[in-house]
Amino acid sequence: MLKKKEKLSILAAALLMIFAVAPVSNAMHVMEGFLPVSHCILWIVICIPFLVIGVLNIKKLLDNNRKTLTILALTGAFVFVLSSLKIPSVTGSCSHMTGTGLGAMLFGPCITSILGIIVLVFQAILLAHGGLTTLGANCFSMAIAGPILSYLIYKALKKANVNKKVTVFLAACLGDLFTYCVTSFELAIAYPSEVGGIGASMVKFLGVFATTQVPLAIIEGVLTVIIVIGLETYAKDELKSLNF
Amino acid sequence: MSKNKKTVIILLVIVALMIVVPLFALKGAEFGGSDDAGSEMISEIQGEEYEPWFTPVLETALGGELPGEIESLIFCVQTGIGVGIVAFVMGRLVERKKWQDKLEQPETKKA
Repeated sequence: MLKKKEKLSILAAALLMIFAVAPVSNAMHVMEGFLPVSHCILWIVICIPFLVIGVLNIKKLLDNNRKTLTILALTGAFVFVLSSLKIPSVTGSCSHMTGTGLGAMLFGPCITSILGIIVLVFQAILLAHGGLTTLGANCFSMAIAGPILSYLIYKALKKANVNKKVTVFLAACLGDLFTYCVTSFELAIAYPSEVGGIGASMVKFLGVFATTQVPLAIIEGVLTVIIVIGLETYAKDELKSLNF
Repeated sequence: MSKNKKTVIILLVIVALMIVVPLFALKGAEFGGSDDAGSEMISEIQGEEYEPWFTPVLETALGGELPGEIESLIFCVQTGIGVGIVAFVMGRLVERKKWQDKLEQPETKKA
């Protein structure tokens, strides 16, 4: 009798674990209407300076060297492609990449924020993916926080004379992963757990977003290395003028 | 150059494997998940169903959710726009390098 109970409880625990893991989201963006109004406004306000500096930087960049426009277009298109591809992950659910690491390394995080927000607006309006009210939060995680980390890693490793391909890989990969950590943080401060507060729900959201994202972050790193190899072969002059 | 080509091919194979392997390793997994799953996590933490206070503009206009096929169409449009630009720019750059190499060659012959 006791054994049966034991078995039952083990089974129940196992089922619980499966169901606790199963509902994994493929949505990297914070869903429409899911953040309190005050948070929506806060994230938008945080984003604005980056976007303004981004616009000014793009203007300056093109005034200095018109030729870099093609590389800028390519970088923006790279974000477009990568963030549209839903990739299956080891957790049994899908997610997609950000593609913003490349822009961060070539042009810096501010210009990348412009490239990112174009994609986010596209997806929010046409695909009901992400949202207009959560645009600020999504923009901050994907187009600002991730790229900033990519940029810092890239600068640090470049200074340390690490192999270029390894540098690019790590910067893009970790930037992508960081995007999801920030998304988890945004959700966690909006939905603190009753027991354990922000920290506890942060762990929960990280479990959803970050674990799914690990393989995708690696893929993003590899794809970014490929495109950089292409650019280094065919667009040396432009890269030089960008100090890449 | 050929060393780069090799690297690119190896990397592409790695990417393809990383995408395909989970699909076969986790047979029967849904790989769907949707934006709803995120909200499930929220209701789990909150202990109650969460009502979003704002619905996507498109869903309001359509009076319902975007049909799945149409959603994949728009995702494809997004990919298509991106790939188009990438292909166009890369094509230009590749051709440009060919021309540059051609222009440089006669000069080296003269010298």
